[in-house]
Amino acid sequence: MAAACYHCGEPVSPAGRWHAPLLGAEREFCCAGCRAVAQTIAQAGFERYYETRTAPGLKPRLEPAPSARACDDAQAQREFTQSSGPRERSATLVLGGIRCAACLWLNEATLRALPGVTRAHVDYASRRAQVSWDPERTRLSALIEALRDVGYDAWPWDPRRQEQLERGERRAALWRLFVAGFGAMQVMMYAFPAYIDDGAGTLARESETLLRWASLALTLPVLVFSCGPFFAGAWRELRGLRPGMDTPIALGIGAGFAASAWATLTGTGAVYFDSIAMLVFLLLGARYLELVARGRAVRSLDRLARWSPEFALRLAEGAPRRVPAHALAAGDRVLVPAGERVPADGVVLTGRSSVDESLLTGEALPLAKAPGAPLAAGSLNLEQPLEMRVERAGGETRAAAIARLVQRAAASRPALVAAADRIAHALTWVVLAVALLAGLNAADPWVAIAVLMATCPCALALAAPVALTRAAGELLARGVALTRASALETLAAATDVVFDKTGTLTAGHLRLAGTRVVGAIPEAGCLALARALEARSRHPLARAFDAKGPAPEVGEAREFPGEGVEGRVGGRRVRIGAEPFCRALARSPAPASADGAPIAVWLADERGWLAEFRLDDAPRPEAPAAVAALRSAGLRLHLLSGDRPAAVAAVGAQLGIAEARGGALPQDKFDYVARLQREGRVVAMIGDGLNDAPVLARADVSFAMGGGADAAQRQADLVVLGDAIGEVPGAFARARRAMRIVRQNFAWALGYNALALPLAAAGVIGPWEAAVGMAASSFIVVLNALRAGGGAGQESAWKASSSSSPSPSPSYS
Amino acid sequence: MESLVLLVPLSVAVVFLIGWLFWRALRGGQFDDLERPGIDVLSDDR
Repeated sequence: MAAACYHCGEPVSPAGRWHAPLLGAEREFCCAGCRAVAQTIAQAGFERYYETRTAPGLKPRLEPAPSARACDDAQAQREFTQSSGPRERSATLVLGGIRCAACLWLNEATLRALPGVTRAHVDYASRRAQVSWDPERTRLSALIEALRDVGYDAWPWDPRRQEQLERGERRAALWRLFVAGFGAMQVMMYAFPAYIDDGAGTLARESETLLRWASLALTLPVLVFSCGPFFAGAWRELRGLRPGMDTPIALGIGAGFAASAWATLTGTGAVYFDSIAMLVFLLLGARYLELVARGRAVRSLDRLARWSPEFALRLAEGAPRRVPAHALAAGDRVLVPAGERVPADGVVLTGRSSVDESLLTGEALPLAKAPGAPLAAGSLNLEQPLEMRVERAGGETRAAAIARLVQRAAASRPALVAAADRIAHALTWVVLAVALLAGLNAADPWVAIAVLMATCPCALALAAPVALTRAAGELLARGVALTRASALETLAAATDVVFDKTGTLTAGHLRLAGTRVVGAIPEAGCLALARALEARSRHPLARAFDAKGPAPEVGEAREFPGEGVEGRVGGRRVRIGAEPFCRALARSPAPASADGAPIAVWLADERGWLAEFRLDDAPRPEAPAAVAALRSAGLRLHLLSGDRPAAVAAVGAQLGIAEARGGALPQDKFDYVARLQREGRVVAMIGDGLNDAPVLARADVSFAMGGGADAAQRQADLVVLGDAIGEVPGAFARARRAMRIVRQNFAWALGYNALALPLAAAGVIGPWEAAVGMAASSFIVVLNALRAGGGAGQESAWKASSSSSPSPSPSYS
Repeated sequence: MESLVLLVPLSVAVVFLIGWLFWRALRGGQFDDLERPGIDVLSDDR
């Protein structure tokens, strides 16, 4: 086993040719390029990269890259750079070769170390660097070349470039599909006479030769052009000695074509040009469908990452000035015209409008915004211009935080997909071995080719990813961000739902549930007194007393923080608040409480006790329906809370959650979940994700509610962005649906291969049956995976594509 | 059967001609967006 290159991880041969001291030891490199990169990194003092990276570096290209000088052209720079201040220009660079977080750090550190660079920020989600530099001290090409020196590539970001790349890919796929389809149709025509004749000898020998040559002429472009991806994939797999799903296909097609071509040349034996062309066509059709489906799913996941503001209208001395959005800083005043997206998180200063936040929360209805209201970057201003004060800009906005979360999930592979890949990998070896043995045994290459064509490890490889990506994209469109790829799997298996806080079910504002009169003044009078006193208080409890309504005049009102309010009404002192506070005025012990009121507020004056008000927390309007939906989905519900037992029991009773426990310490919650798990239950926990992280981590899968600005800090598998508990049952339903489809696909793929492999090896099915079976299997798997989205997916995809155009009318969907 | 000698090569030529036509349409962007035109029909503003 040769040593691995310290930079890129490829094997080193011959050993000792390129080496350099690094991080206190002599390191081996595979080529001069890797050594140069490593030395550049070390000389700049960035060796830390090698300690923190989680993926090997990219092997640098040995041929010289096109000069970056073209980027310095003043005319060209007008396209992609902006002047962001006196003697400062900024641009966005797309980075190539980013593998892990250490790469980002290395890029950022390299840029920042350059003289003349005033700002450098690398964004992981979009893999873009935002840089500002002083044009008098450095040039853009120097920045780009510095990045190339440490082994990455960079080019100025042009929004159209990404689109162009994708469009090119789609066009090429469609063109390949067309060539294969048309070729297959025509070749089938030429094969038809031979099938009719079927050895009867009615087909003239010359005619048959002619038809075979015509088939060869049309199968050749199919093989050379349409099969390009299969052969390229197989070559990659074989070179890495990891045969995957492309290897058997490429071998089968290649060997089939070679055998048929030989039969045509020599005029002996069977030809299967028609089977080959048709197999290619159907396989490409399945892959094209998958490409479209994946593109759609990724687009719905990428909406946030792709959305990034380019310009903002900064108000300086009253006049708006166009500046690059990433040059905004906290405290800037910005004008947001109607029909444009908010460039940063902040607060409305002047103006009234409604704002569409569907990009962030999935909430389709526009929200009214008045001065003082918070604005989130990425939301669309619908009606009137707004002036705002920036609080967080660039990578610190809520939109950027959510995009990073989603990106993190997309970068990780669900356990299920990894397992499927392992099985597909093992199956490929089996197929190759069986094909070889069966071919030798039957002494007929067509048996081996049939085995290669019939078995379909690709059905296994395709079984899960599309369905899972699609489900994740749809959840995001509904305001639930998946932060860990395996969460869908666990979510689908969950049997118990534990609400970790009363606050996840209640609206958080108190209301008056009942009044018990214990003194001489009737209820209406007590309420009027309470209203009058509490109007002077800013305590959350005070909001339970409606400010409107008759209230007597209060004099000498004073608030005692944490205790209550005292005032003078009609010549006597009156207090409202906690029991001890009122007892000090009433000078007698409080009358015993009739029942365990969740929250009690007392009213007393100098002569004695007057009334006890019972307050409770109202459930969120959507909570009863959500709880009912979860229960009817067969989930057992629990409510654990640190609040007082009576309050928790009241909420539990209102919503019909039998297992409601109050007064639970974090350790109690932890034990409770652990006990459920010991009973074999799979626990989904719903909390706020801030101070209950250990409990959420203990649960099998966790939701964090209300992912506000700190969405990224919330330690949960799923973050409910819009703070709407109503989306939680939908998440369970979608996860189950996606997993059901994945399981169906697995069952199909395994069943099909278990049947096809022995039949093909025994020579029962020939090449053409094998081709039909394999292509049909791929199609079935992809089509089934597409169901994971369903009708709702179509609608949200359309909404996503149409929401970029400003629409003054709210969309009720 | 002799006509096959002419017709079969002709059909091969026609396949290549149609392939070229499709390639031109593809490059012209006719297949880039198969959803928008359907929606465009419903909107009045042009």
